[in-house]
Amino acid sequence: MNSLSRRRFLKLSAGTISLAAAGYALSARELKAPAEKKRGIQKIPTYCDICFWKCGAIAYLKDGELWKVEGNPDDPLSRGRLCPRGTGGVGAHTDPDRLRAPLIRKQQRGEEIWQEVTWDEALSYIAEKMQTIKAAYGPEAVALFSHGIGGNFLKHTIKAFGSPNITAPSFAQCRGPRDVGFRLTFGEDVSSPERTDIKNAKCLVLIGSHLGENMHNSQVQEFADAIENRASIIVVDPRYSVAASKAKYYLPIKAGTDLALILAWMNVIVKEGLYDKEYVTKYGFGFDQFASLISRNTPEWAYPQTGIEPEVIRETAREMARYKPATLVHPGRHVTWYGDDAQRSRAIALLNALLGSWGRRGGFYYPVSMDVPPYPYPEYPKPAKPKVDNPNNKYPFAHETITTGIRDATLTGSPYPVKGWLVYATNLLHALPNEQETIKAIQNLDLLVVVDVIPSEIAGWADVVLPESVYLERHDDLNVEWFREPFIALRQPVIDSPHDQKPNWWIAKELANKLGLSKFFPWESIEDYFRQRLSAGGYSYEALKKKGIIRGKQQPIYFDEGVPAEFPTPSGKIEFYSLQLQKAGFDAVPKFNAPDSGPPGSFRLLYGRAPVHSFSRTHTNRILSDMMDENEVWVNSDIAERLGLASGQYVTLRNQDGVVSTKIKVKATERIRPDCVYMVHGFGHTAKGLKHAYRKGASDAQLITRYITDPLMGGTGMNVNFVTLEPAEA
Amino acid sequence: MARFGMVIDTAKCVGCMDCVVACKTENGVPEGFNRDWITQDVAGKYPTLHMEIRSERCNQCENPPCVYCCPTGASHVHDFGGVVLVEHGMCIGCKACLASCPYDARFIHPDGYADKCTFCIHRVEKGLDPACVSVCPTHCMTFGDLEDPNSTVSRLLTSRKYHTLIPETGTKPHVYYLV
Amino acid sequence: MHELTTTRHNELVDPLLHIWGWEIPVYLFIGGLVAGIMIISGYFTLKHQFKKNVFSSFYLPHISLILLSLGMFSLFLDLEHKLYVWRLYTTFKVASPMSWGAWILVLVYPALWLNTLIRIPDRFKGIIPIFDRLSTRINEHPFLIKNIGVLNMLLGTLLGMYTGVLLSSIGARPLWNSAMLWMLFLVSGLSSAAAFVHLIAKDKYERQLLAKADNAFLTLEIFVIGGFISGLLTSTSVHIEAARLLLDGPFAAAFWVFVIALGIVIPLFLQLLAVNEKVRHTPIPPLLVLSGGLILRFVIVYAGQYSHYMHQVFGR
Ligand SMILES: Nc1nc2c(c(=O)[nH]1)N[C@H]1C(S)=C(S)[C@@H](COP(=O)(O)OP(=O)(O)OC[C@H]3O[C@@H](n4cnc5c(=O)[nH]c(N)nc54)[C@H](O)[C@@H]3O)O[C@H]1N2
Ligand SMILES: Nc1nc2c(c(=O)[nH]1)N[C@H]1C(S)=C(S)[C@@H](COP(=O)(O)OP(=O)(O)OC[C@H]3O[C@@H](n4cnc5c(=O)[nH]c(N)nc54)[C@H](O)[C@@H]3O)O[C@H]1N2
Ligand code: SF4
Ligand code: SF4
Ligand code: SF4
Ligand code: SF4
Ligand code: SF4
Ligand SMILES: [Mo]
Repeated sequence: MNSLSRRRFLKLSAGTISLAAAGYALSARELKAPAEKKRGIQKIPTYCDICFWKCGAIAYLKDGELWKVEGNPDDPLSRGRLCPRGTGGVGAHTDPDRLRAPLIRKQQRGEEIWQEVTWDEALSYIAEKMQTIKAAYGPEAVALFSHGIGGNFLKHTIKAFGSPNITAPSFAQCRGPRDVGFRLTFGEDVSSPERTDIKNAKCLVLIGSHLGENMHNSQVQEFADAIENRASIIVVDPRYSVAASKAKYYLPIKAGTDLALILAWMNVIVKEGLYDKEYVTKYGFGFDQFASLISRNTPEWAYPQTGIEPEVIRETAREMARYKPATLVHPGRHVTWYGDDAQRSRAIALLNALLGSWGRRGGFYYPVSMDVPPYPYPEYPKPAKPKVDNPNNKYPFAHETITTGIRDATLTGSPYPVKGWLVYATNLLHALPNEQETIKAIQNLDLLVVVDVIPSEIAGWADVVLPESVYLERHDDLNVEWFREPFIALRQPVIDSPHDQKPNWWIAKELANKLGLSKFFPWESIEDYFRQRLSAGGYSYEALKKKGIIRGKQQPIYFDEGVPAEFPTPSGKIEFYSLQLQKAGFDAVPKFNAPDSGPPGSFRLLYGRAPVHSFSRTHTNRILSDMMDENEVWVNSDIAERLGLASGQYVTLRNQDGVVSTKIKVKATERIRPDCVYMVHGFGHTAKGLKHAYRKGASDAQLITRYITDPLMGGTGMNVNFVTLEPAEA
Repeated sequence: MARFGMVIDTAKCVGCMDCVVACKTENGVPEGFNRDWITQDVAGKYPTLHMEIRSERCNQCENPPCVYCCPTGASHVHDFGGVVLVEHGMCIGCKACLASCPYDARFIHPDGYADKCTFCIHRVEKGLDPACVSVCPTHCMTFGDLEDPNSTVSRLLTSRKYHTLIPETGTKPHVYYLV
Repeated sequence: MHELTTTRHNELVDPLLHIWGWEIPVYLFIGGLVAGIMIISGYFTLKHQFKKNVFSSFYLPHISLILLSLGMFSLFLDLEHKLYVWRLYTTFKVASPMSWGAWILVLVYPALWLNTLIRIPDRFKGIIPIFDRLSTRINEHPFLIKNIGVLNMLLGTLLGMYTGVLLSSIGARPLWNSAMLWMLFLVSGLSSAAAFVHLIAKDKYERQLLAKADNAFLTLEIFVIGGFISGLLTSTSVHIEAARLLLDGPFAAAFWVFVIALGIVIPLFLQLLAVNEKVRHTPIPPLLVLSGGLILRFVIVYAGQYSHYMHQVFGR
């Protein structure tokens, strides 16, 4: 179990080793757990799926009914406590708006008129269409959009089918630029769960990371630890976030100018000689060039850009230096803001490098993992064509597949046509910018299959909708996590699906059968799959089943504990100056370009998370919607007064391209800059089947008609839209 | 004699509402009703602001006006820990207790009786923390016996600054907010 | 400035407490009216004036038995757990004005009934023989009559006070935090009762007498309201805010127009003129007084629920 191997970040998906095996058809009967309801309390461990953090959980049944879900105390991610969404997971099972049976479209796309069919009919229909597309355009013309661990088996089916076009919004709409910026600097990603050692940080810098609203559980728990430890907290945000209220320094930055601030911080730290000299000398590459390039980025230079006074910039820079190397400048996660995001993230990486925090306690640790070999599947066919999303390597540093690249190819037919989309657990109409482009691309398809649990917006456009069992009702792949300490977690059904929903692994396997790919699913039941993988790693499935978690031994995670200080960059060092970037025609050290400030009289549209919801997926969960059933648009109090708007009043938002939102309540507040407005992402549903959430609040995604593509890696900067407010009928 | 209280560290609370969700599932609080809730108290002018976030609920008052005003004795002080409870079968739903609670901590359950936070006495009697306390991801809530000088709650109250809500109404609340 | 946001959303409680609808003000009004009636008719009984004041002494207690039942019915309508109403009478809670009220009502009924027995008008004699016999018995003992009068006045006063104490004991609502509230409701009950007699009694003497009494009650009521408001205004900021709900806040129109102007000042003025034979007697002033009394209860109950120690901007 050599977890320290440098190769571990080249993520292996389950299934690269070949082994011949027999095909197998599964009978539906086997899927249903015994129907008899047990009296009393039952506790079943599993892990949560209301977001991608995958916290270990224990579900409680009372007289056979799902009662509550709690954290699994054995789980290092949840430390026995779930976030509010995980605690409200019961509502995912009981949601009355759930999809109940497979559906085939009866009328025009998007009209949401369906016919209920059997699984056999639905899957046969899909397989037939896929084969037709394959015959005409090749298997690469079928793409899979899949977000979350639940998609692993479908990914397997699609790879077996022969398509390399598998993508998720977690790259180009989320953490992609960050991982690219850090790769370019340290040679490694920040990855998920983030390798941030928040609990040991003595100084924590949050640049828009709104921990406490962003409820990624372990991070929030560690954030509370940091507060408890009296860490010095610096928050940079145009909005006075919850995190800002915990900060020693709150910097009310002008949106889109963070790079200027970071450059000025580095300027101060370098000029005043406050950086970790030993660390930089030992591990750094191109420091002198870097230092000279940022020498003009003084606090005085940054002030007019950012609105942050030079003295404050200096003071906060010194504060960071005071606690180095236990100063963590958090890299953020959803960083696709302005199109300069990979370079901004790289600047954050460089600032951390100056502080010597990478590989150090209170900075970035080196995550570890258990060694559980992938299932010995047969080898996938080799696709005849390369991935479709990034023709001619237009975005040279994109190391994952770009959703919007696949969308472009579907729209234009170039570099080659894409004719089929399988969409698993991602609501593309809320997740991708410019929904009209997505809809147009969909109109070019011969097949759109959506696997979802509720009739989401994307499901509304589908030809075939497949209703999945929610996470509490199914098995999923093992979670062999990269984290502070190694562990394996099991997701297992705690209760039956209420209707004709099926788990993804069953769907993937059955679809593979229909496609004649049954040799790729040699296991009979998913439990055989678990047994095979676990026993190959020397673990017991039975033990995992009982506890939900198998923990490994604590291992070194910092340089000073023995982790080798290796940086898989071209120079093998931390690249202060990046020849890679220079060679590709980009700035070797980030440079700041001021963002467009939008039409006069309009406000920059910012968005973020509410602690009780995940994206666009939890608004029909009755427990969570009971906490918050619509979003509000935050408007600075003075502006609201000037516009004659009061809290609680409904308005519509009109963006620079004339798109008008559904009505949304005003929150007139001191907690935001006067030049922007803010709303929680994911509301304003327009899919009719989402009865409980239909037209409640407004959708940020709908207003994001413009985006700036990151030239390094194809991420879509989405904080570049501007809106005006108009009173609406209540 | 025990006297239960809750001490909540506002420096750590992020207002995530996990405590509210947990109360809902633990106690089967019906949709549209809350036994606990979050208050964000913002003072100042942008950008010089201060925000206190509080997880609020029945304060389990030492002088509970909701008990005094109750004409049937349905609202009463429980023997164990001085917790204020409502005996559903005795409550006529006159709402005097709702009007009497300065914190608006009570509501009428759809089944017709006055309901509110019970300090999860059913859990406490089993030696567990209340659901909201045990779920809180920031560990900002502490529950315990205020009369035991060695309890965590007592120690927090002697070592940290705190305040209670609307003490001027004379209710002597037993939910304390560390600042 | 504080910006308070709360995530709570309990029905009837958020964003503003509204647990008591029309039932409670109606009940309080009727309770006050009946209290006033008991005091007035008790007084006549005590003073042996039932010959001169037939309406007040006989019909009034009867009517008030019906009124009181209506009031209790409206209180009953307000209960959320109606089937358990009997729970009120399995205990007596000293600290609970509601409990006091429940028991006072139990005493009020027989007192009112006794009062009706003292002088049964000839028309009604012989209908229920046992009542006639009881009546004769009582009339054999003049001290009994006196005591029944005293009992009615006493219970009437208790009942009238209780309608105010019910609210003023609720410390949680700043508007109600006033020791003047029981006086206000008592005086208002008296003026309503007087107006009621004034409105319905056929006998001119009796009518005139009660109109005069009403003028005195109305004048007193102005002073009590003045005391009530100035008491709030000289207290803490939440109490000042509560008073302002009536003075220039959302309840100001109802308060100034219906309670003060139409409910007190104008009828007082008209009645003064009528009593001094400057204008003709009309049923308008007593009608105004009665509706003023009813609206007073509405305003106080509603505005009281609106008043709060914490002012919140609601998140939902
Ligand atoms: N405008 C805007 N766009 C954004 C963001 C933003 O904040 N604003 N955030 C970006 C970020 S950071 C991310 S990570 C992405 C997230 O993007 P997505 O992962 O697409 O998130 P959701 O919008 O929640 O869509 C998830 C879909 O999966 C369905 N689903 C939920 N559970 C299951 C399940 O168990 N099985 C199946 N089959 N389906 C399920 C849900 O019903 C929903 O339709 O969005 C990105 N895009
Ligand atoms: N409850 C909950 N938690 C979640 C999720 C969820 O759906 N629900 N999703 C998870 C996922 S996948 C992700 S990626 C994360 C995302 O969460 P984060 O990465 O923490 O935050 P973002 O969504 O990028 O940014 C939102 C914050 O950035 C601020 N902001 C906007 N523009 C600017 C700017 O120009 N400069 C600065 N400095 N700040 C700015 C906003 O005011 C807001 O406070 O959350 C994760 N956690
Ligand atoms: S962070 Fe919350 S929603 Fe996400 S997996 Fe953990 S408990 Fe579930
Ligand atoms: S769960 Fe804890 S952190 Fe979250 S709102 Fe409640 S008290 Fe605050
Ligand atoms: S907070 Fe309200 S309900 Fe709780 S004991 Fe005090 S007065 Fe009663
Ligand atoms: S509503 Fe029930 S608990 Fe409350 S005062 Fe009335 S009888 Fe007592
Ligand atoms: S103590 Fe129990 S009943 Fe009270 S708020 Fe917490 S979870 Fe709810
Ligand atoms: Mo994300």
